[in-house]
Amino acid sequence: MRRVDVPADVDAAIRRHGQETYPHECCGALIGTGSQVEAAVAMPNTTEEGPRRRFLVRPSDYRLSEQRASEMGGELLGFYHSHPDHPARPSQFDLDHAWPNFAYIIVAVAGHGEAAGAAGAKAGDMTVWFLKEDRSSFDEGSLNGE
Amino acid sequence: MANKILIPTPLRPYTDKKDAVEVEGATIGELLADLTKKHGGLKGHLYNEQGKLRSFVNIYLNDDDIRYLQKEDTKVSAGDTISIIPSVAGGWR
Repeated sequence: MRRVDVPADVDAAIRRHGQETYPHECCGALIGTGSQVEAAVAMPNTTEEGPRRRFLVRPSDYRLSEQRASEMGGELLGFYHSHPDHPARPSQFDLDHAWPNFAYIIVAVAGHGEAAGAAGAKAGDMTVWFLKEDRSSFDEGSLNGE
Repeated sequence: MANKILIPTPLRPYTDKKDAVEVEGATIGELLADLTKKHGGLKGHLYNEQGKLRSFVNIYLNDDDIRYLQKEDTKVSAGDTISIIPSVAGGWR
């Protein structure tokens, strides 16, 4: 099982981002070295297909995330996103759009719907996934050895 | 004619970790064909089962998305830089 280590401050930043954008999905880049994530960089969700169920990091922001990784002396290790009111498991849509060799962190965020917005939204399970080489499914990785 | 094609991080394991590869061809399609011939592991991640570029794979000629040029028939000139730039998408449904 591939391992990804996420320090407590980065873990908290991802959870906070998911809570702040609820009921919409959040997304961001994971920067670090090897299996060690050192920073999570929030990215705008530019989807036009409904941000309650989709996210999109457009090419210009992707370029920025590679630049940012380079400036930090690290590598772009992958991306994180939230699943509002849904489990932290990849969907078919996630699979269809996945890149190989990237870590995909998903955080489940439970809230009280559109009207309540971010108020009371609470991040729960967080998982990490890697696309299989034949693109047939994801392999689950371990976060901090758990 | 050789042009440089820039490879994004997730695809570098298929190009011997290189972030740029020299490829031959007169059009974007020919350059990509040369690229996947040299580095076969890229093919399944760039193209779908119907042989079309995947929707989240963006090919830029210098600063322009080839979707707004002549797509894979876009001609390239000496010194042009071609980039493969991911869109990263997902969501629970």
